[in-house]
Amino acid sequence: MTGQFPQLIVAPIILPLIVGALLLFFDDRERRLKTSLAILSVVAQLAIGLTLLVGVHGSDDATALVYLLGNWPAPIAINLIADRLSSIMLVLGSLLAIPALVFATARWDKAGPHFHSMFQFMLVGINGAFLTGDLFNLFVFFEVMLAASYGLVLHGSGPARVKAGLHYIAINLAASLVFLIGIAMVFGATGSLNMAEISMRAAELEGFATPGLHVGLSMLGLAFLVKAAMWPLGNWLVPAYSASAGPVAAIMAILSKVGIYALIRLSLLVPAEGEVFGSLVIFIGGAATLVFASIGLLATQSIRTATAYLVMVSSGTILATLGLSEPASTTGALYYLVTSTLATGALFLLAELLERDQDPLSAMLFVTMEAFGETSQFDTAEEEIGRPMPQAAAILGAGFGILAMVLIGLPPLAGFLAKFAILHSVIGPGAQAMSEAVTMRLGLAALLIFSGLTALIALSRAGIRTFWAPVEPFTPRVSIVEVAPVLFLLGVIVLLSVYAGPAVDLMAATANDLHIPNGYLDAVLGAERVPPYAGGEE
Amino acid sequence: MEFVIAFAIGVLGASGVWLILRPRTYQVVMGLALLSYGVNLFIFGMGRLRVNAPPVLPGEDAIDPAAFTDPLPQALVLTAIVISFATTALFLVVLIASRGLTGTDHVDGREGER
Repeated sequence: MTGQFPQLIVAPIILPLIVGALLLFFDDRERRLKTSLAILSVVAQLAIGLTLLVGVHGSDDATALVYLLGNWPAPIAINLIADRLSSIMLVLGSLLAIPALVFATARWDKAGPHFHSMFQFMLVGINGAFLTGDLFNLFVFFEVMLAASYGLVLHGSGPARVKAGLHYIAINLAASLVFLIGIAMVFGATGSLNMAEISMRAAELEGFATPGLHVGLSMLGLAFLVKAAMWPLGNWLVPAYSASAGPVAAIMAILSKVGIYALIRLSLLVPAEGEVFGSLVIFIGGAATLVFASIGLLATQSIRTATAYLVMVSSGTILATLGLSEPASTTGALYYLVTSTLATGALFLLAELLERDQDPLSAMLFVTMEAFGETSQFDTAEEEIGRPMPQAAAILGAGFGILAMVLIGLPPLAGFLAKFAILHSVIGPGAQAMSEAVTMRLGLAALLIFSGLTALIALSRAGIRTFWAPVEPFTPRVSIVEVAPVLFLLGVIVLLSVYAGPAVDLMAATANDLHIPNGYLDAVLGAERVPPYAGGEE
Repeated sequence: MEFVIAFAIGVLGASGVWLILRPRTYQVVMGLALLSYGVNLFIFGMGRLRVNAPPVLPGEDAIDPAAFTDPLPQALVLTAIVISFATTALFLVVLIASRGLTGTDHVDGREGER
């Protein structure tokens, strides 16, 4: 199918761009129309992502689908590339976007103007960053994504949000400048911005160009690691994520993974004498992040802050595992990436439902609603959230329990399988060259188990306090529109656990592609142009 | 000329870093602006410094690439300028909102000890 429609690769960027721009033309009063257009757009993106994934995973002959923008010959101009990793990330992004958007329609999209447009523009940036094969284009999509995320973090306003947003924006602007320096140095050393061409040229550099390239790559890595929230670069994450609105925090769970994606892509493309570039730094940084986030997790009171720390735990686990740079552990890391992103996203939504009543930030929401002249709609609590759902407490409690199991890594769900896959690759019987880097392996295994323990302590304490400890029975008022997204994400996680076999096969194939990038390079550099082009046949 | 450019980038970068570490939001904005100027000059310099060499190739005849300068960094600088300009404007809006909500222009939303 993708063979006949190569334009499908550009669709995940074009579609939200058009929809986001279109939504600007409608007044916020036409909410039903705006909501349905926005939801239609994310559902279509999921379908496109799945089609690309099937197209690239189903056929044996191609490891990557390439779309040449403007029909220029391959390494010139910008190429869009959908390989297994890009397609997985695309699908993951839209799997998270659909529930976040549906959840927001319950009330958050009314808390300020242009929520839906900013949401769509953020998806443009996220999807673009996953698809592009050009370094500077990656920067542009990062900026699109971040500019929209600045607006979304501030969505709902209030002092806490503005303060967290101020720090978030300042850090990311500085990181973007580091990103630009890195791009400039890589360009100065290799004379190219195309990632595949950089990879080819890196091997044959002479003289001063090699250290130049390495400094440039380190700068790029620094910028990506700020986004991926590696300690000590990631201290912005917890205040920003815990201050932002529930659905925004849920979609931002994928934002930190964009940094990790860029890191995986670039570090595995550029050869550096047999080793993956900077793998030791990534390992140490990941381990430090894991320790920091686990301790932070123990110190938190609210579920929302705990979830923000869990995002950091997830980043730390993935980074430390990637630092080993072996296909088997990368497989586990990718599977863990997918499950932990979905679980943290769902927990952000659930935390919003559970902590709504005690939360000063929600109190702020009503103030801002007043400013928008919508008070009349929210006179009584019943009207505020639509029809309340019966047995909400039971459903939310069960959902919290399942998510906690996934994030701690208890059997039988996907979180356990992911951690088991990582541990098996690290200290299992199949671990290759166990004698090599034995400290790293044992350290990683110990840290993984330690972070699981702290997550267990923190989440069971939060669960007991929310569900069992209150003297008055816990009766959250929620509507079906708000519970359905959480259940949807839970369903996806359960499916990932049931179909763990095919999923891990996919991740293994992806890890294989990443560690031996020849297929990717051939696909990009050998991409054929569509026949009628200027200059005729050669 | 190399020395002048390098010196300019260094001064801009150093002032920028110093300013973004200051406690007032306005100083942070100025620091980010100076840093982005420094970075833009740096990108420009990565295309190698050439005097009297145009970046645009004329006509259809075969030409000598050595007589021209690399147009790509110049295009990149243009994009980078626009993006940093826009994000700085956005940051200014947040700064004003923060000033309005907290009543102080300290980056933490409250005056520090001292």
